[in-house]
Amino acid sequence: MKITEQEVRYVADLANLKLTDQEIGRLSKDLDEILTHIDTLNEVDTSQVEPMAQVLYDSEETATLREDQERPCLGNEAALANAPLSGSGYFKVPKVIER
Amino acid sequence: MSAQAASVRTLTVEQVRKGLASREFSAVELAQSALEFAKSENPKTNAYLHFCPERALAAAERVDKKLAAGGDPGLLAGVPVAVKDVIITKGVRTTCGSRLLERYTPPYDATAVVRLEQAGGVIIGKTNCDEFAMGSSNENSAFGSVRNPAALDRVPGGSSGGSAAAMAQGTAVLALGSDTGGSVRQPASFCGVVGVTPTYGRVSRYGLVAFASSLDHIGPFGRTVRDAALLLQTIAGHDECDSTSAFAPVPDYVAQLDGQVKGKRIGLPREYFEGLGSESGALIATGIEVLKKLGCEVRDISLPATKYAVPCYYIIATAEASSNLARYDGVRYTVRSDSETLSDMYRATRGAGFGAECKRRIMLGTYVLSHGYYDAYYLKAQRVRALIAEDFRKAFAEVDAIVAPVSPFPAFKIGEKIDDPLEMYLSDIYTITGDLAGIPCMSVPCGKTAAGLPVGMQIMTRHFDEAGMFRLADAFEKAGGTAG
Repeated sequence: MKITEQEVRYVADLANLKLTDQEIGRLSKDLDEILTHIDTLNEVDTSQVEPMAQVLYDSEETATLREDQERPCLGNEAALANAPLSGSGYFKVPKVIER
Repeated sequence: MSAQAASVRTLTVEQVRKGLASREFSAVELAQSALEFAKSENPKTNAYLHFCPERALAAAERVDKKLAAGGDPGLLAGVPVAVKDVIITKGVRTTCGSRLLERYTPPYDATAVVRLEQAGGVIIGKTNCDEFAMGSSNENSAFGSVRNPAALDRVPGGSSGGSAAAMAQGTAVLALGSDTGGSVRQPASFCGVVGVTPTYGRVSRYGLVAFASSLDHIGPFGRTVRDAALLLQTIAGHDECDSTSAFAPVPDYVAQLDGQVKGKRIGLPREYFEGLGSESGALIATGIEVLKKLGCEVRDISLPATKYAVPCYYIIATAEASSNLARYDGVRYTVRSDSETLSDMYRATRGAGFGAECKRRIMLGTYVLSHGYYDAYYLKAQRVRALIAEDFRKAFAEVDAIVAPVSPFPAFKIGEKIDDPLEMYLSDIYTITGDLAGIPCMSVPCGKTAAGLPVGMQIMTRHFDEAGMFRLADAFEKAGGTAG
């Protein structure tokens, strides 16, 4: 077993996912199978290899920096337009801190 | 409306240009008939999630006005385009195939969308896809599977299945998709159209809803190589809104479609022909014979790290996805499951909103990034990724292009593989390597199986050598493909 149901519940918690018991069971089986397959990577000697985080091409170090100029931004109304709940120019969420 | 305008089914970009120039039809007439045709055909395939007639007609009117004034209406003037619903469109719903974004209306346009409309392109609708572009069959859409126009009981491929199906059905002349592990090329091959994954950074990702940022590409579909090349030419080039977009100048791809492929060195990676289905293999072999007849020099090569590409990809892609999808938490994007506390609200919203495949990938990605596993999984995968990229670098010192299959098999039946995620992941083996290395690759139609299912041949070239890739694909297409 690569992963236990208890670990699956822990990861779901980290990922902010509420899962049913049925989903936990199914994911335990799927993740176990996938992680077992992923173990084939251990066959590869990568001791002399630098990790590749991104596809990079030669360019000047500052090439991606633009002029620091003021520009119009999206605006409050547009930014909030898709919010499930907003008010007074803010996103509204359930109470976080008890009074 | 003229009779010609109704035949969107077979139009090319060049024919649209001629039709407009000769006043055979107006851009508005063409847009109207394209919309009408697409709407009437859509129940067969479910390729489109929604249409945007107002936007389409406004774009078409601009083209007609420019033409009337004698101005240059642009490379894609009046051409009906379908856009995958992970590419955002201001004021036009963009759902990513997810319940979580069912009512989401973006406040701005993706750069690719801006550029294609500036070139006169007419977006008629948004196409179905696997939820957040995660899948190889389009069965992970929250809004129903797409059916393959070549065989309605089969998948169109994924994740850009709607765009590929729209092209094959003839309801759009061009389409945009996105490719993270093969999501343009595999559906192009399953549906029998041309699909292109450009060099990483060739097209701005600004406005492409993020799945795995170091692997995501926007890519064009066309019914001909020339059309796909034209669309890429329109949307490519640096964009200051995407710091990973490349500065390299964009050449005139179409001007280089000169058929000069004699003496081109083509590598056949032996790892890509192991496990290949017999019928697909026979068609690719016939395709390779066509390339030889065109004067290409074909040789066997090896890309030894290929067998590690699937596990490497499913670590990197899911790790990046788990981070990118964290934003769908019920605060900003339309859908919320009400709960007493903030953290319960996050959990309930995400638990109810994401489909099974997204949950699987978020879980895998969170796991490989979690405390104690980062080095063993994520860092290890990044090192293996470097080896895969190095394989290609070495190969391209010896050959000008690599030719391979796109998928081990043609379109499979809807429901056939959905219960076995690992098997579904393994079917991406020939396409994910190109994304990991960031090289340009494409699928060009390479005949049909006895049952009439299309098969695509993959062409890969060096970073930024889309011109060489298109030249080879165009020569192959003009030679009649496998029918030549």
